[in-house]
Amino acid sequence: MDQTPSMGKWLPAVLVAWIIPGGGHFLLKRRGRGALIAASVAAMFLLGLMMRGALFSPQNGDLLTIVIYWGGFFGNLMSGLLYFVTVWLGYAQPDVAGHVHDYGTKFLVAAGLLNVLAMVDAFEIATGKKE
Amino acid sequence: MPKMNLSNFEAALLFALFTSVVLGIITKKTDRERVRYAAYCFVCFIAAIFGLSWLMFLGHG
Repeated sequence: MDQTPSMGKWLPAVLVAWIIPGGGHFLLKRRGRGALIAASVAAMFLLGLMMRGALFSPQNGDLLTIVIYWGGFFGNLMSGLLYFVTVWLGYAQPDVAGHVHDYGTKFLVAAGLLNVLAMVDAFEIATGKKE
Repeated sequence: MPKMNLSNFEAALLFALFTSVVLGIITKKTDRERVRYAAYCFVCFIAAIFGLSWLMFLGHG
């Protein structure tokens, strides 16, 4: 019978994986994988910033606006420390027109979504579902 | 913060690279399988880029 694993087993790894991309894998002694995840997520986030991509902030309005802005904000937030440091140091840029800026915005969200995948992986390793 | 200007193709290539690496890491069990799956994902991304680009070019008339 499948039992739900205790929170103490997986929560630290998942939290660290969120705050520091790849950190969850380092905590679980999967250093090679952690380093690759950290490099991929950080590179994607930094490229997004260098392309002058915009960070989303939550906005209300019609359904599409809510989905795009809250979804984008969630994606940005999932980059953990990279997002917080960017906002704290004032590198968050306003949304401007232009295809390169647009790619940057997508890179910033994609970095967070890749980190969500890494968090799920860390969860599965911590609960023993995966090596 | 230095500014970077990437073309459509360069941006898509970098996106494909980083996404493939993470997909390879999280989906497979052995290192060999991970490398193969990451390479497979990368090739699929590139094929999709070229395929969709031609489709848009031909569809545009």
